[in-house]
Amino acid sequence: MAAPDDFRQQLEALRPYLLRYASLQLRDSAAAEDCVQEALLAALTGQASFAGRANLRTWLTGILKHKVVDAIRRQAREPVVSAEADEEPGEIDELFSERGHWSERPAAWGDPDGALEQAQFFRALETCLERLPTRTARAFMMREHMGFETGEICKELDITPTHCWVMLYRARMTLRECLQQTWFGK
Amino acid sequence: MLLSCKETTRLVSQGLDRELAFGERVALRVHFAICLGCRRASRQMRFLRLAVRQLSEREFPG
Repeated sequence: MAAPDDFRQQLEALRPYLLRYASLQLRDSAAAEDCVQEALLAALTGQASFAGRANLRTWLTGILKHKVVDAIRRQAREPVVSAEADEEPGEIDELFSERGHWSERPAAWGDPDGALEQAQFFRALETCLERLPTRTARAFMMREHMGFETGEICKELDITPTHCWVMLYRARMTLRECLQQTWFGK
Repeated sequence: MLLSCKETTRLVSQGLDRELAFGERVALRVHFAICLGCRRASRQMRFLRLAVRQLSEREFPG
């Protein structure tokens, strides 16, 4: 097993990754830093439980997820500012005619796998994510970034499964449209 | 059951979050057979999942 100092250094080396992980989910750099600090501390004091596990980063990410969920729970209790009230049915409705057909048929995305090789694409994706309303983004990132099941998301955000599905649907459609405009359609 | 494109995309999205019923899957297939737009949207929503999962890996590889 690694010497304590060595272990501490390995943890520190992962700090930028952890910070990015938490920031993507929380959209609040102070809250993200708190989570990372708590996770690193928990990892240091719980060092023994890492013994024998293959991947330090995976283990640490698992710890961080718990801290992030705690922070989400705290955020969820704060009232949403009415200026950015989440429900914007208009945006999705605009994509379809009254009879539910596409107003404009989605274009093909040429070489999406190639996009995954480009740092610039991920910046475009992040910009699109930042445009999502706070609660919608929170639900979407819990699902797609942290990989939670819908049931867990409902519980943490205190919403019904139906509401959750609607939020995830809006997020996907909005992001699809945003990437079409800012990346694939260019 | 004949779906509109709006209903189809909603169901495609839900299919990423829950297990669809047999009838829902059949309805999707029927719609996909005649609708290029929804086939693309479906593929693109799955691609979004792939891309978002890689988001935190990218800037700090390794």
